[in-house]
Amino acid sequence: MKRRDFLMKSVGAGIVTGASLSFTGYNKMFGAGFNDNQGPYDLVAARGGEPEEMFDKAIEAMGGMESYVKPGQSVLVKPNIGWDVIPERGANTNPGLVKRVIEHCFEAGAREVVVFDHTCDNWRRSYQNSGIEAAVNAAGGTIRPGNDESLYRDITVPGGRQLKEGKVHHLVQETDVFINIPVLKHHGGAQITISLKNLMGIIWDRRWWHRNNLQQCIADFGTFRKPDLNIVDAYRVMLQNGPRGVSEDDIVLMKSLIISPDMVAADTAAARLFGATPAQIDHIRIAHEMGVGNMELENQSIHRIVV
Amino acid sequence: MQAKHLKPLRVIISLFFLIVATLIFIDFRHEFSEGFITSFLYFQFGPSVIRILQGFALVATGFIFVLILTALFGRVYCSTICPLGIFQDVISWLSIKLRKKRRPYKYARPHNILRYSLLALTVIFLLFGSIVILTLLDPYSNFGRFITYFVRPATVEVNNWFASFLTTRGIYTLFPVSEPSIRWEIMLFPLLLLGLVVGMAYKNGRLYCNTVCPVGTLLGYASRFSAFRIFIDEKSCTMCGRCNPVCKSSCINFRESEIDFSRCVACYNCLSICPDNAIKYSTDHRKELPEAAGQPSRESDTGAGNDKSKRNFLLSALVMFFGINRFSRATDSDIPEPEQDTKIPEDRDFPAVSPPGSRSLDHFNKACTACTLCVGVCPTHVLQPSLLEYGVGGLLQPRMDFHAGFCNFDCTACGEVCPTGAILPLTRDDKHVTQIGVVKFERENCVVYTDNTSCGACSEHCPTRACDMVPYIGELTIPEVNEDTCIGCGACEYICPTRPYRAIYVDGNRRHKIADRPETQAVDQEVDFEDFPF
Repeated sequence: MKRRDFLMKSVGAGIVTGASLSFTGYNKMFGAGFNDNQGPYDLVAARGGEPEEMFDKAIEAMGGMESYVKPGQSVLVKPNIGWDVIPERGANTNPGLVKRVIEHCFEAGAREVVVFDHTCDNWRRSYQNSGIEAAVNAAGGTIRPGNDESLYRDITVPGGRQLKEGKVHHLVQETDVFINIPVLKHHGGAQITISLKNLMGIIWDRRWWHRNNLQQCIADFGTFRKPDLNIVDAYRVMLQNGPRGVSEDDIVLMKSLIISPDMVAADTAAARLFGATPAQIDHIRIAHEMGVGNMELENQSIHRIVV
Repeated sequence: MQAKHLKPLRVIISLFFLIVATLIFIDFRHEFSEGFITSFLYFQFGPSVIRILQGFALVATGFIFVLILTALFGRVYCSTICPLGIFQDVISWLSIKLRKKRRPYKYARPHNILRYSLLALTVIFLLFGSIVILTLLDPYSNFGRFITYFVRPATVEVNNWFASFLTTRGIYTLFPVSEPSIRWEIMLFPLLLLGLVVGMAYKNGRLYCNTVCPVGTLLGYASRFSAFRIFIDEKSCTMCGRCNPVCKSSCINFRESEIDFSRCVACYNCLSICPDNAIKYSTDHRKELPEAAGQPSRESDTGAGNDKSKRNFLLSALVMFFGINRFSRATDSDIPEPEQDTKIPEDRDFPAVSPPGSRSLDHFNKACTACTLCVGVCPTHVLQPSLLEYGVGGLLQPRMDFHAGFCNFDCTACGEVCPTGAILPLTRDDKHVTQIGVVKFERENCVVYTDNTSCGACSEHCPTRACDMVPYIGELTIPEVNEDTCIGCGACEYICPTRPYRAIYVDGNRRHKIADRPETQAVDQEVDFEDFPF
């Protein structure tokens, strides 16, 4: 199937799904926030499909990638590539999703799409074994290193309470569009890791954050550079032993995807999927209090897609 | 093949070995496969001997091949396979070019007492279970250290310069690399030896190989019995003396029409230069050059002087050996950070942790010649050279430095390349339960305890749940360690943010153990793909 055909059919499927949902009275069941066919949306969630398919439909509902990427722009795509493990372990962002996001960027006219992560395990092994290096190359993007201090530039975080300065990867400053693709996971240190926590992969000195009130630092950094779009991969979700995981026993196949320009909103919705209480996740709560984003989903326009 | 063609052939083969060996040790991009490295280094004599001493006969035939080669053709190993030997040839060649010396070498008598003593010392130490003399003198290992300590960092610098230059122009084939710098104390001995080797090669060709190198001396002894030998055919020789100044080993005594083949490194320069074809390389040497005593240059080759020196060295070797003490502790080279310092020092029983596959400190310290290949191959840089962390007997041997990196859970590279068998290969599955040390947690140093804030960096990195976060106060969690599943990879210690003392660290196992596999329970959650809980 050609991409264009596929997209057309996806749109069709989306409309049919939306229509059927509204006819069968799902509206009431999901509360006031459920308002299909009334875009633009603050947040779109999809469930039940493959990552690529869910993303196609979700981004379409958001008005297409054209809403975020203008022709000729350079795009930074930041997945989670923290660990030297295979995709089935759910410790890194789904490579198929990364590939599809990059393809959408190019279709929207992106000049270049660069991808990196400041990995925890050895970066070359992580890039390779996560399947993300191959996915990026297949989509025509460029994967770049993130594990050398020489690649990071001094910055200040004016809005930070605890975190006032640090070093951020030069690509963050040199690209026009910033797309954050975290994977939803349990996290031993930060309770849960989603969009806000994924930004720890664009800074240099993570130890300082750990040493100086981690949860506050995560929220503080949310004021520095908000991603233009957050795409939460909740296809394979690590519910325990995160963020690295021990085996595939830690994984549940959740087949979900959440996208939103608002990190706090995306993280709140994703935390609910996870089964957590968002208000108890300190960095989400603090980020909301600091105005990084909005965790009150009730007042937001949300589109839900069942694939 | 004509004898004159042997020299160019030797030059080609030796340059191939030198260049590839150098690249293997420089390989900061990790482009060479472990299998290639293993095959390429198969014939390195010192490491191969160490392997056989451990009883790995089947996988250690490399040195037997070298002995057979020597028994047939003389010290071909020294001229074409030994990287340190070829390196000296390069130095000598440069020396000749720079000094414009037309007659660079001349015949000299052998330093028999010195060379046989050093060989004896090496062997005696090995017999008493200490590898330290071989570590200091083995040519392959010294070469490895030279490249790893001095050439590699320089190459990395050049790479980083080009990488940043090209990156600004949109070319990303090179990437910046940062490797932990090696402490100057560790570089001291290799620097000294480098000076010695370069100095000797600059002035005297292969003097080092015939005076200091135990492998050279051993193969020199073996080459006395070689089938093919280089000798002077007195009937054809016109005593023109042209062979004398081209002999890197200074072993051609043309006035006496004799060649000290024990010092000949089979460079074949003399074969090429002789205008009268009077220098032969064949099996006819027996009738031409009987093993007759009484010639002045051979006097000290055999006989009592040598035995006496052996006895002296045996004595001093024993004194040294029993004087060896295991001491010294790992030093923390990290700069303390400005936050409040931790108060409780790390309490380790073993200051050095040996790599997975090395079985025990004992096995490792006896079998490692500190060629430092594993240090270069290690993708996470956790393997770093030591000085005296293992004690004098483990001088310069690599150790797991958890302040430089941590051991990648799935990686088995060091054991796959180790040429001496000091680190034995592990399957990935075995590696996952090989416990090289165990985790220790000092709660009162922990950020969660001192600051009441989240951290969990250690638990994040732990691949075996040996460090779990358990409820502490409110939503806070604090590490709880489980020594049974810990494999001592050091990820927790590496990432722990407290200074100067870390709240979590690995204490080495004298003998490596088998860890329990982490118990995993599959998550049990019903998923309703039509349910949006928000």
